[in-house]
Amino acid sequence: MNNFAYGRASSAESAVATVAARPRVTFLAGGTSLLDLMKLDVESPEALVDLTGIPEAGIVEVDGGVRIGALTRNSEVAASHLIRERFPLLAEAIASGASPQLRHMATVGGNLLQRTRCAYFRDVLAPCNKRTPGAGCSALDGHHRTHAILGTSDACIATHPSDMAVALTALDATVVVQGREGDRRIPIRDFYHLPGDTPHVETVLAHGELITAVEVPLLSFAAGSRYLKVRDRATYEFALASAAVALEVRDGVVRAARVALGGVATVPWRALAAERVLTGAACNRETFERAARAELEAARPRRDNGFKVELCRRTLVRALEEVAG
Amino acid sequence: MSGAIGAKLDRVDGRAKVTGVARYTGDWGLPGLLHAVLVTSPAGPGRVAAIDVDAASQTPGVVAILTHENAFPPPVEVEAPGAEGVVPDSRTVLRSPEVLYAGQPVGVVVARSLEAAIEGAARVGVVLDPRPPQLDLEGSGVDGIFAPKSIYGMEPPDSERGDFERGWREAAVRLDVRYSTEWEHHNPIERHTTTAVWEGDRLTLYDSTQWVNGVQDDVAAVLGLPVENVRVISPFVGGAFGSKCETWPHTICAALAARHVGAPVRLEVTRQQLFGLVGGRPQTRQRVRLAASVDGKLMAIAHDSLNDTSARGDFVEPCAVPTRMLYSCPNVVTTHRLNRLDIQTPTYMRAPGHATGTFALESAMDELAFALGMDPLALRLANYADHDENLGVPWSSRELRTCYERGAQRFGWERRNPELGSQRQDGCLVGWGMATANYHTLQSPASARVKLTADGRAEVRCATLDFGTGAYTALTQVAAEVLELPPDRVHIEIGDTDFPWCPIAAGSQTMASVGTAIALACQKARQELARTGRREVEVEARSEPTREKKWSSHAWGAQFAEVQVDPELGTVRVTRFVGAFAAGRIVNPKTAHSQLLGGIAMGIGQALLEEDQRDPRWGRVVNADLAGYLVPTQPDVPDIEVILVPEADRLVNPLGVKGIGEVGITGVAAAIANAVFHATGKRVRHLPIQIEDLL
Repeated sequence: MNNFAYGRASSAESAVATVAARPRVTFLAGGTSLLDLMKLDVESPEALVDLTGIPEAGIVEVDGGVRIGALTRNSEVAASHLIRERFPLLAEAIASGASPQLRHMATVGGNLLQRTRCAYFRDVLAPCNKRTPGAGCSALDGHHRTHAILGTSDACIATHPSDMAVALTALDATVVVQGREGDRRIPIRDFYHLPGDTPHVETVLAHGELITAVEVPLLSFAAGSRYLKVRDRATYEFALASAAVALEVRDGVVRAARVALGGVATVPWRALAAERVLTGAACNRETFERAARAELEAARPRRDNGFKVELCRRTLVRALEEVAG
Repeated sequence: MSGAIGAKLDRVDGRAKVTGVARYTGDWGLPGLLHAVLVTSPAGPGRVAAIDVDAASQTPGVVAILTHENAFPPPVEVEAPGAEGVVPDSRTVLRSPEVLYAGQPVGVVVARSLEAAIEGAARVGVVLDPRPPQLDLEGSGVDGIFAPKSIYGMEPPDSERGDFERGWREAAVRLDVRYSTEWEHHNPIERHTTTAVWEGDRLTLYDSTQWVNGVQDDVAAVLGLPVENVRVISPFVGGAFGSKCETWPHTICAALAARHVGAPVRLEVTRQQLFGLVGGRPQTRQRVRLAASVDGKLMAIAHDSLNDTSARGDFVEPCAVPTRMLYSCPNVVTTHRLNRLDIQTPTYMRAPGHATGTFALESAMDELAFALGMDPLALRLANYADHDENLGVPWSSRELRTCYERGAQRFGWERRNPELGSQRQDGCLVGWGMATANYHTLQSPASARVKLTADGRAEVRCATLDFGTGAYTALTQVAAEVLELPPDRVHIEIGDTDFPWCPIAAGSQTMASVGTAIALACQKARQELARTGRREVEVEARSEPTREKKWSSHAWGAQFAEVQVDPELGTVRVTRFVGAFAAGRIVNPKTAHSQLLGGIAMGIGQALLEEDQRDPRWGRVVNADLAGYLVPTQPDVPDIEVILVPEADRLVNPLGVKGIGEVGITGVAAAIANAVFHATGKRVRHLPIQIEDLL
């Protein structure tokens, strides 16, 4: 860990101005990911701007949806009655992640930006394209049981670790961002970049842009939604496969579907192919299996993570069945 | 007799621990203390071509940097002369540019603060000429597969009784199966830490260890000091599980660093470094052949075990040792073989051989029961051994049958439907499995000093250790019992080489060894008091185990597991667990219960979670932290019921005690694997059992 300067920001404007002005200054929120990576020398900022002193409105109802301030702690979102009633998949996704201690510290904005748990990304002695563009990917021929099968490239197969972002992806959330030029609103579907040839570029954020809120629009059928997470250990582990599912079913037919997958992809994965199969189809297991198969046609497993294709199919089918009741 | 033995006494050191009064190795504040951090080789094997220490030296606060070039005064031999008894990782450390394994210390950075030492260590540039590591246990290895000389100097590597081939040929049912287990890491919560203080040519070490006398001998040998010039102090140790048996390289490095800078130095091993520096359980490949008559009588057993060891060390994981005597069978063959790989020297990890070997043997027994259409417990009873057929001597005691009965009754085993996949609950397949648990009872010479004071107290001192086992409490009870004093009148101090010599606190032998010595010293003190009529006496006594093997002593147990397996998702959760154990006289049922409970919880980790991921290119462990190396969390561990079966043993030792630290983990992985088979019909013959095995 290098020596670094530390300062506290009193407003988003001042934080943005400070960080945007210098390339090696970065925002600090809950610190659950950043401090870890600094200790590993994966991140070595020269200064941190602590955001946690900025006044935070928390969770506010807006037009039937919610606006969640970016500094809201994960545990607060998971415990919110409003979230649990209207968007249970979001509460379940957050509650399934990390440990109570980490959820108390971690913020919504930070969670969206948490870095992959790929062991080679975290090991500065191992070549990694995400850390050092062009260095090569150690995971391709190394240990990659937990790595991605969707959205991968020859440069990177690292899994996106967030549960919360998967739920927000299913919910078509909007990420509200403040920069030096003012605010912009980014649909979460456009927020993350696939690794392609540039796995070090993970989101559309420019340096110095700050996430200030996440907006989740009203979704009438989200009240019966679910987040199902499968992993080796009962708790405190990242997903091997997860599914965020909301269905609108009338007269035995799926009228609308929202599906996102976690633990299997390089970004929080919106399962549009599955949604297309589901929409307008009979609400039964056969449809669910067809939808899961359709989504996973694009899967590119490697030596040790081939089981994830089948596991993800089954996880999605199970989640669909549970939501369909 | 005061009734102290057998009481559920609260831990006598509990208050000191929860109030922070108890000093662990990292808690000793010393004037002028400096901090050291190891620089370890990122790969291995190979040779250090260069070490660039310029940037590290310029780090503010860095005082000194040790490497093979300056750690020892020249000329330096590659191995410390006269240190054959020391683990090779430590007798070679910082003596040459040769790197034997990834994780080997190649430098030590000493600084005024821990932070500066960490930063300095990160700035040391190690240029390594690496060679591709040999890491495949079934490959050619460094030297080819060979037989070790012995198993810990106690047993031969191979055994044979009867005529295996004949038994095999004449049997009605034969089973020939192979099992494998992977590297495991102990991960005690207290990381290995050493504080070294020199006064002239006398060295004091505060060391997180399982054996102060062993560290004393080893450090003296490696540094060429008279043994009496080294004192080792370790009153409190925060977990070990076998990883603190050997004197590992960091202890040597701390002593060298303190000598180099002329000030006290504390060296803490990082969590990541623990995955390459302090041993670990080796991988095993085991072949088990069982042959039986139609009514389930064993006619032949062969158990062949292979494990990896390091380029210079011979560590045996004695998987087939329990097979030699656990069941009655006329024809039994066992072998142990080693393969040298480019790894740290493996070491003892809770129930070495027994935890891994019973996975194979007790899984195979389950497979045999299924092949015979027999109840797994009935198969064990049909082959119950009335004496130790390996040594040809009687048991000193064996309430194993009662363990089976009490465990089965509590678990409800009689309600088990033998049909695979026949039991369901909450949409999950439910499986029940069982296995026999066993761990041999060891006893070593030990000594203790007892002082009876004029105000009616007793002070007991000896060099043994308590790394969370409850030894402080149980040994207090032994003294209280013999002296007929209330336990709160007995004060015990341990963990210091200035106290009477004790054997290693490992192999579940502390009660049998040190307990016996304390009992002897207490008896002697009473006699001395009566003889002299003085108001205060102080005596020392040494106990020796009987040499002749007129009987065979083991702790016994029966493990019963219930698992729920999601039939689609492949997830396994242990939902119930009952372990019934007979281990002679139980000195403290409360601390014994904790030991057995902890053993079972650790067995759940071995069965379902623990997996070392070592990169084949560099040889280093890539999941080297507690987020990547999975151990059970609270929801992974169900309510575990531990039954202590009374067992009177008048032969094993004067106290009638056996060890309980290790028997708890034995058989757990097999019971769980057998339950998974019962639930799913899938026989998983490797550990850990993972989702992909059951999809």
